[in-house]
Amino acid sequence: MAIKKATRGATPAGNSAATTEQLVEFYRQMLLIRRFEERAGQLYGMGLIGGFCHLYIGQEAVVVGLTACANKQDTVVTSYRDHGHMLACGMDPKGVMAELTGRSTGYSKGKGGSMHMFSREKGFFGGHGIVGAQIPIGTGLAFAHKYKNDGGMSFAYMGDGAINQGQIYESFNMASLWSLPVLYVVENNKYGMGTSVERASASPDLAGRGEPWKIKTMTVDGMDAVSVYEAGLEACAHIRAGHGPVLMEVKTYRYRGHSMSDPAKYRTKEELEKMRSEHDPIDSLRQTLIGLKVTDEEGFKAIDKGIKEIVLEAAEYSQTSPEPDPSELWTDIVVAA
Amino acid sequence: MTTQILMPALSPTMTEGKLAKWLVKEGDKVTSGKVLAEIETDKATMEMEAVDEGTIGKILIPEGTEKVQVNEPIAVLLAEGESASDISAAPKKAEATKEAKAPAAPAASAPKAAQTAPEPTETGGKTQTVREALRDAMAEEMRKDERVYLMGEEVAEYQGAYKVSQGLLDEFGSKRVIDTPITEHGFAGLAVGAAFGGLKPIVEFMTFNFAMQAIDQIINSAAKTLYMSGGQMGCPIVFRGPNGAAARVAAQHSQCYASWYAHVPGLKVVAPWSAADAKGLLKAAIRDPNPIIFLEHEILYGQSFQVPENDDFVLPIGKAKIERQGSHVTIVAFSIMVGKALKAAEALAEVGIDAEVINLRSIRPLDIDTIIASVQKTNRLVTCEEGWAFSGIGSEIAALIMEQAFDHLDAPVARVAGKDVPMPYAANLETLALPQVADIVEAAKAVCYR
Ligand SMILES: Cc1ncc(C[n+]2csc(CCOP(=O)(O)OP(=O)(O)O)c2C)c(N)n1
Ligand SMILES: [Mg+2]
Repeated sequence: MAIKKATRGATPAGNSAATTEQLVEFYRQMLLIRRFEERAGQLYGMGLIGGFCHLYIGQEAVVVGLTACANKQDTVVTSYRDHGHMLACGMDPKGVMAELTGRSTGYSKGKGGSMHMFSREKGFFGGHGIVGAQIPIGTGLAFAHKYKNDGGMSFAYMGDGAINQGQIYESFNMASLWSLPVLYVVENNKYGMGTSVERASASPDLAGRGEPWKIKTMTVDGMDAVSVYEAGLEACAHIRAGHGPVLMEVKTYRYRGHSMSDPAKYRTKEELEKMRSEHDPIDSLRQTLIGLKVTDEEGFKAIDKGIKEIVLEAAEYSQTSPEPDPSELWTDIVVAA
Repeated sequence: MTTQILMPALSPTMTEGKLAKWLVKEGDKVTSGKVLAEIETDKATMEMEAVDEGTIGKILIPEGTEKVQVNEPIAVLLAEGESASDISAAPKKAEATKEAKAPAAPAASAPKAAQTAPEPTETGGKTQTVREALRDAMAEEMRKDERVYLMGEEVAEYQGAYKVSQGLLDEFGSKRVIDTPITEHGFAGLAVGAAFGGLKPIVEFMTFNFAMQAIDQIINSAAKTLYMSGGQMGCPIVFRGPNGAAARVAAQHSQCYASWYAHVPGLKVVAPWSAADAKGLLKAAIRDPNPIIFLEHEILYGQSFQVPENDDFVLPIGKAKIERQGSHVTIVAFSIMVGKALKAAEALAEVGIDAEVINLRSIRPLDIDTIIASVQKTNRLVTCEEGWAFSGIGSEIAALIMEQAFDHLDAPVARVAGKDVPMPYAANLETLALPQVADIVEAAKAVCYR
């Protein structure tokens, strides 16, 4: 995992659990995700990325805040909206972008694409295209942590649309029954494709879905990385102490369409504009950093520049890397016994 | 260097679109995320946002223009310090992907066996039921490998719905022999996650009929993830349980799923008949690094066979066994149909037809070479399965033989299969629906033109 935990002697930021060093790192990570996604959108527009491509723009604070609570042996699963999670896990932007363009140097050698990427090394177990299917898998990773007694826990992310899949409740039941170390995160961005939460869920209280299974529940402002981080610390402490799973609903918002071809007719421009101008996670953290006199204009410029270089390099790499060799068609179907 | 803004593709199928409206004009400063224009695609009107910062230097395509090709420059963006005079008009187009022909499947990854190891000896040993052989296979592998565990409905305290896991809870404890709630989709997915996480789960389905609840996890997660991850995410897991028709339990509890799973690259499908098959193949399945569908049969659980006593008796997956040598007709069968095929062979011998009976043991990979070698000798083939003929295992074998041994056939391949109806409950109808020894005898006579 990429972000260091608070170390003793570091400077606390106001009365927050995060240090100022961490805040700068949150800012950097969120900006990296945003710039990466914008560039991916552009490459899609150029026809270099095909098929479905789901951008994470607007939701950056969620994965950045929570990944800061993770340890090295922890594992992560999420849906197809996965680029942000991979970058936060410390996966190489070049390898992620090259997978998006379907090149041999991508994380899945070009055979998985935007929705299906993995890195055992970074504890990232996908990238899953079937809505909800990652949740039993994340629960199984938690089962394996407990079975092996390796001290790790599992982070299992899902959308507000996914929460209505039956297998989620099958997982909640087993995770609670067996006290598995798993943090379930519902990234409530208000819509599953074009269907709002109100039109899909009988009760809008999605965290409440954990209660029948005696799962600890939390609701968090997902547009603020520090709130997410603090909630994550509390959740992870509960889980690591062996008290079983936590279900955290994180209220967030996606700025772009569901995937690249979504004109987003189901919401108003005003709704989007209001979120962008009043609740943007990157802008607000920037204001915090200015208020705390941690970073000045020059400092931000340097961060911007560094990130722009990383993303441009990734974009370049994703276009100059070769396509997979035709012989790759026939590899990785089964492991040789 | 100035940056060209290109006409974007805004859907997976878009090749051209209308530049409906410009929302910026020349000289405007833009930042990342600012909406530049409205574009009408083949499906909808979409907004196009800026990726780079700068000043709009020149608009190349006026609003209202139809049929603007994807990747055509539509405007030029100037960076700080640049002016309109820096604009050069060299359009950059993405190269179209070249048409390519798929390479032929290399022998090793084609869905057939590449096994050359000699078959372990199966003579001698003790008499065991299939049920005991399965239990011993699990127990032996669990003793050897701490990562192997068993989960499923009623596998622990109840000792197995069909008593296959008898005694395992006592020996291995509740950490490794786990009663699950009735939640097939959930525990199948959980076990897949555990396999990704380094364990080697054995998942018992009370019967394979209920695995339909879990088939998404089996196929989309267990079978495909290795490929989608470029080889990183192996999934060593065994899904096992009774498959096919039990007795008098009607349509929802009596179906053969062999062809369903055999269809899927990434899975291996195994179907033992005898107790020796059951033991040797289950041990191989547990050791195998891939997802395995292990199709047992309730009617066989109580049947006894000789099983080698050797603790390391393992049968290769992907290798068929010739159960009876013969020269006039080849009968291919798996699971319970092997017993029926052997009975048919005895009946055929009485009328002077010498049948060779092949026990497939594995369905994917399929040991087509053994079948071809037999057909080269007998020139006649009958396939047997409990499942429906349509898109069945027999259909697949017939197609392979047609492709690879056409010249050796003296008669069309005959398929003996379950009747094309949901399984009826009434005893007489059930017997009619299932393939019987007499059906095999008749089919074998027919292909021998007798
Ligand atoms: C089982 C399944 N059904 C339908 C789809 C098509 N689909 C893909 S994403 C999606 C919406 C999911 O929304 P949500 O869970 O809120 O996640 P978000 O896209 O907002 O991140 C749908 C219906 C799918 N991929 N899998
Ligand atoms: Mg959503």
